Amino acid sequence: MNGMRYEAPSSIDEASALLAGASGEARVLAGGTDLLVQLRSGMVAPELVVDVKNIEEMMTYSVNDGAYTIGAAVPSAQLHEDADLLGMWTGVVEAMDLVGSTQIQGRASLGGNLCNASPAADSVPAMIAAGAICNVAGPNGRREVPVEDICTGPGQTSLAKGEIVVSISLPKQAPRTGDAYLRFIPRTEMDIAVVGAGVCLSLDDSGTCTDARVSLGAVAPTALLVKECADALIGTKVDDAAMANLDAAARAAASPIDDKRGTVEFRTKVSGVLARRAAAIALERAGS
Amino acid sequence: MAKNHVTTTINGEPVEYLCETQQTLLDVLRDELQLTGSKEGCASGDCGACSVMVDGRLVCSCLVMGVEAEGKSIETIEGMADGDQLHPLQQKFLENAALQCGICTPGFLVAAKALLEKNPDPTETEVRYWLAGNLCRCTGYDKIIRSVLEVAEEAKGA
Repeated sequence: MNGMRYEAPSSIDEASALLAGASGEARVLAGGTDLLVQLRSGMVAPELVVDVKNIEEMMTYSVNDGAYTIGAAVPSAQLHEDADLLGMWTGVVEAMDLVGSTQIQGRASLGGNLCNASPAADSVPAMIAAGAICNVAGPNGRREVPVEDICTGPGQTSLAKGEIVVSISLPKQAPRTGDAYLRFIPRTEMDIAVVGAGVCLSLDDSGTCTDARVSLGAVAPTALLVKECADALIGTKVDDAAMANLDAAARAAASPIDDKRGTVEFRTKVSGVLARRAAAIALERAGS
Repeated sequence: MAKNHVTTTINGEPVEYLCETQQTLLDVLRDELQLTGSKEGCASGDCGACSVMVDGRLVCSCLVMGVEAEGKSIETIEGMADGDQLHPLQQKFLENAALQCGICTPGFLVAAKALLEKNPDPTETEVRYWLAGNLCRCTGYDKIIRSVLEVAEEAKGA
């Protein structure tokens, strides 16, 4: 970390210019719960760290006609304390709340969890299922990027030099919509997902599923948006047959690694189980 | 490279210090300001021994850069007692022997205080989950959890 420079600009343009102009590696500092560990271990040795927490747009959130725009660096604890947001996007907020301890929750953010680009990041499948869109700013202006298009591999993103995820937009929900995220860990708290599954679905008045998005985490180099899983639900009453198809589609989509936390066989099976269970919770939330 | 000049508030007192960019807030507290109550256990945000409050939020000071404290309000274990008057949590930890080696204790106390300020009447489950980021390798946690619950219970009667 020797010679590392720290900047804490108050505008997006300034932050972007600093990142774009860095001669060596530059890192964005939001909550720092991943970055400081990486700095400490020597995994990264940036020339420049740009703290974005003085940028109001990245530290606030708003709701406009039912659609939320959440600053990428807003701490998770703050989101979880908002009963309206928790009630609307329960799966997204609960997924983020699973990350780390109370202390971590005081700093960790949706934008940080996404841009750290861990395949096991809990909030990412939930955001993908929710149809969340990133508002990205960079030297060439602003663009909107679906959450599923940000991560390209472990620790890798599609963001160009100087680009920052400023905020994340969660769309206005159709009337009967619910979302849920579940993960498997070998304990009850403070662990990294072995498998994660996010589901968001909408029902019409008859209880038929009209729209669905399903995402799997920790079973591929990036969180997956699995169209076949959504297709298993759309047009059904989310009955046992639909759930069996969802399970099969999730297992087919999973391409996990074998490691000390789970075998390929286990992760594949659990992908199906968690997709079903998350769909059942999303269904209940949509119906209520 | 020049050190960073930081102006902040610690336990209600204005404080200025110089720090290297690579120093964490925990490094600054312990090595520059001699506030050694906050402990370094893991230095990776897993153990909670370095827990402090930054602008009213419970955080691990090992995961905060020293320069980030600029303009913030920091509360550490050193600000918990009122002079010689121990905080009820500190008193209860002593009475119940909710500590053995003591390394984790400042973090537990800071975290437990934050819990009771947010949720004055927590269930045992809520206490256990709130404190899941504070590791103790001596006590087995029961005395700690019981102490927090007893302080909450006694505050209701007060």
